[in-house]
Amino acid sequence: MQFTIEVGRYSPEGTYAESAVPGTPFPAPWDRSPARRYQTYTVDLPEHAVVLDALIAIREYQDQSLAVRCACRSAICGSCAMWINGHSHLACKSKLSAFTKDGKTRVESPPSMPIIRDLVCDMKPFWDKHLAVKPWLQNKQPVPPPNEEYRVSNASMEELIQEVSCISCGACLMDCESFAVNPDFLGPQALAQAYRYAGDPRDAETKERLAEYSKPGGIWDCTHCYECVTQCPKGVAPLDQILKLRKMAVDAGFTNNAGTRHADAFAESVRESGRLNELTLMPKSVGFFNIVEQIKTLPSAFNLIRAGKLPPLIHKKIPGVNRIKTIFERVGGRFK
Amino acid sequence: MIIDHDVVVLGAGLAGMRAALEAARAGADAAIVTKVHPIRSHSSAAQGGINAAIGETDSWESHAFDTVKGSDYLADQDAVEVMCQEAPRDIIEFEHMGVVFYRGPDGKLGTRAFGGASQARTYFVGDITGQALLVTLYDQILKAGVKVYEEWYATALHMEDGACRGLVALEMVTGELHLLRSKAVIVGAGGLGRLYEPSTNALICTGDGYALAYRAGAPLMDMEMVQYHPTTLAGSGFLMTEAARGEGAYLLNSLGERFMKRYAPNKMELAARDVTSRAEATEIAEGRGIDGNVLLDLRHLGPDVILRKLPQIHEMALDYLSIDMIKDPVPVRPGMHYQMGGIKTDVDGATAVPGLYAAGEVACVSVHGGNRLGANSLLDTIVFGRRSGKVAAEYGKNTPASSGGEVLLRSEQERLRELLSRPYTGETNAGLRLELATMMDKLVGLYRDEAGLQEALDKLQGFKKRYQTIAVGDKGRVFNQALTFSLELGYLLDCGETIIRSAIVRTESRGAHTRTDFPERNDVEWLKHILLTCRGEEEPELSYLPVTITRWKPEVRTY
Repeated sequence: MQFTIEVGRYSPEGTYAESAVPGTPFPAPWDRSPARRYQTYTVDLPEHAVVLDALIAIREYQDQSLAVRCACRSAICGSCAMWINGHSHLACKSKLSAFTKDGKTRVESPPSMPIIRDLVCDMKPFWDKHLAVKPWLQNKQPVPPPNEEYRVSNASMEELIQEVSCISCGACLMDCESFAVNPDFLGPQALAQAYRYAGDPRDAETKERLAEYSKPGGIWDCTHCYECVTQCPKGVAPLDQILKLRKMAVDAGFTNNAGTRHADAFAESVRESGRLNELTLMPKSVGFFNIVEQIKTLPSAFNLIRAGKLPPLIHKKIPGVNRIKTIFERVGGRFK
Repeated sequence: MIIDHDVVVLGAGLAGMRAALEAARAGADAAIVTKVHPIRSHSSAAQGGINAAIGETDSWESHAFDTVKGSDYLADQDAVEVMCQEAPRDIIEFEHMGVVFYRGPDGKLGTRAFGGASQARTYFVGDITGQALLVTLYDQILKAGVKVYEEWYATALHMEDGACRGLVALEMVTGELHLLRSKAVIVGAGGLGRLYEPSTNALICTGDGYALAYRAGAPLMDMEMVQYHPTTLAGSGFLMTEAARGEGAYLLNSLGERFMKRYAPNKMELAARDVTSRAEATEIAEGRGIDGNVLLDLRHLGPDVILRKLPQIHEMALDYLSIDMIKDPVPVRPGMHYQMGGIKTDVDGATAVPGLYAAGEVACVSVHGGNRLGANSLLDTIVFGRRSGKVAAEYGKNTPASSGGEVLLRSEQERLRELLSRPYTGETNAGLRLELATMMDKLVGLYRDEAGLQEALDKLQGFKKRYQTIAVGDKGRVFNQALTFSLELGYLLDCGETIIRSAIVRTESRGAHTRTDFPERNDVEWLKHILLTCRGEEEPELSYLPVTITRWKPEVRTY
């Protein structure tokens, strides 16, 4: 079967084939990404072939200058995460037939990451974040003698297999909406690994971890867009792990941060009025007496006014708001 | 650039990283050179588990005997004893590092059954055991602050007065060659699966370590012992873990029979891999296969066992064959999987070359002999990785730093320049690699004979000549994979030659080496290892070593 592949090419040495035409990653805008060119190849492969099969066929027999990372070919090594039709996927797990759109498949290095060459991106931001969460066990004392394991339940270990299944491909970070605007955000993979250790019954530093992860750039900087859950090829569901960390952090008393205040203000507003009071949400999240940060939010407020998006100045309760309160009481916990 | 360290480790899989960690713990300035990021290493593809006799009803002697019997009595029994005695502590150490091993109801480590083992002694994390160990070990490397040169591609070992004192490596991202000088080098660069098509191995398993050590003068041993795994996925050849059968899966032929009853009436599907692979090949050859495959049937295990304990292979069968193994059996066939042979080392990883150590699949201690038992390879990597790291660090303490090497660096630069400047002849490295690998599978695979092996050797000589003229199809500096692919093909050709030559010499059938013209095991003449030492362009030197037998005399091997 014939497949048409449009590959985003980039060479720091500036050498391109004549047939490679200038273009920009789609969907735009990705201003940070250097200019690249798009080269089209046609490959003859079985109907069930995956994108990586096409890239290998191109590299081996059509154009040896195409750079692409790959090793296991079976979604284990995590080498071949890239943008396919504008979202991050493992090339070895993406069927060409499912990714053919308007007669072609568009493949490129994710514009959210620095690029080295062609489909090879610089994974440094990814690994830096991984390192930043201290991804190693801080052993609970006393460590059992060298011939004895920690006694823990199988359920507590199986609970962590979801995060251990992470193959560090970076697909989650490549499509992370928060990372796209805030390079300091620790990101989905690192935070999933953070939970993998914070949630380990053999770890001694759960509290220190939660304090660290509650800082700016940590668990509260996730915007719940669910891209990481959608894109993860191994079912790690990083956002679910971030939510677990948030609960652990709040339960452990790490509440003096914008994230917790935001959640509290959100819940309080809905509980008391049945709807969100957007006018007070921002000040309450930042902290009413945090004058410096309050002033910093002013430009956003002016932008809202200019765009006609200012919420109503008088916040009204919805009819039957007491029933909402009942729901909160039933659910219980922090927000009742 | 010239960089100095005490110990340089080539390869960042389990063996390499374990060696580097231990060398660092012993006080050495250790660094890792790896052609891919450590997490991409092929150790992550090990699925089923890792063996040790930990339970009260088990003993290291039993584990050792199973290993020796599995090896068809070619393993060195002193080495097997070391591995099996030290296995429990090494696995417990990984548990202490944080590996989320499966637990029994008492909270202690739990086991599953595996092939060729007299009892269940395989410790595991779902069917991602290798990945779980690799990630944990990588995180320990980060914690210890061991320097890792990622995507640095080794082109030659640096030899000084007959000793190994570092290596030359190509930094992929810049295209620059660097000299890394050290007092000792540990090779943990993994297997050579790309020499065979199909193979369960990753595209990066190109025999780099074997060839680099061989060219530097270290003998390769037992190279004829190439393992075919009984259950590789039809079509793609991906691995379907032995743990499936460990959990109770059946092998069926086209008549729906559990045919293993004819070949291994006691162990059935859990016979050793060589036995099971040959049984499948026989069924297929006698017309009881299905399109060249047999069936791996897991249906009776139920969705709970499959999804909880074997999720990865469930996903792979679904992704690559659109088969849901909960509902349907999966077509599988024997496929090249593992090289038992390798760089000859002692139990501390030391090779015949001073300063050069090796561990993991690339090494031959020899604990696997003619046939490796499932879940013994992960064990091999962490036991002998640790031991070689410690001894290499100690060796380094009494060794002066190397000061030379610039000549090698310049000659390597020149060699790569020549490679890049070759004119295009119409032939590609990929085409030659495929021809070589298909030939190896056909003539040097599960079944071999004199005529086929001679034909293979003749062809290989021809391939080597053609290889000398093939152009590199990319002239760029940055991330030139056409260049590294060309170097890899050179490594594969060296590996192929040693396999074929050893296979010609061994005129008997033992373990994975089955000669149809010599179908019996011959202990009188062949209870010995075959070693090959490189002599440049001349034919390699052939030598033998007796098999070390400590307590288990060779017996007839049945399962």
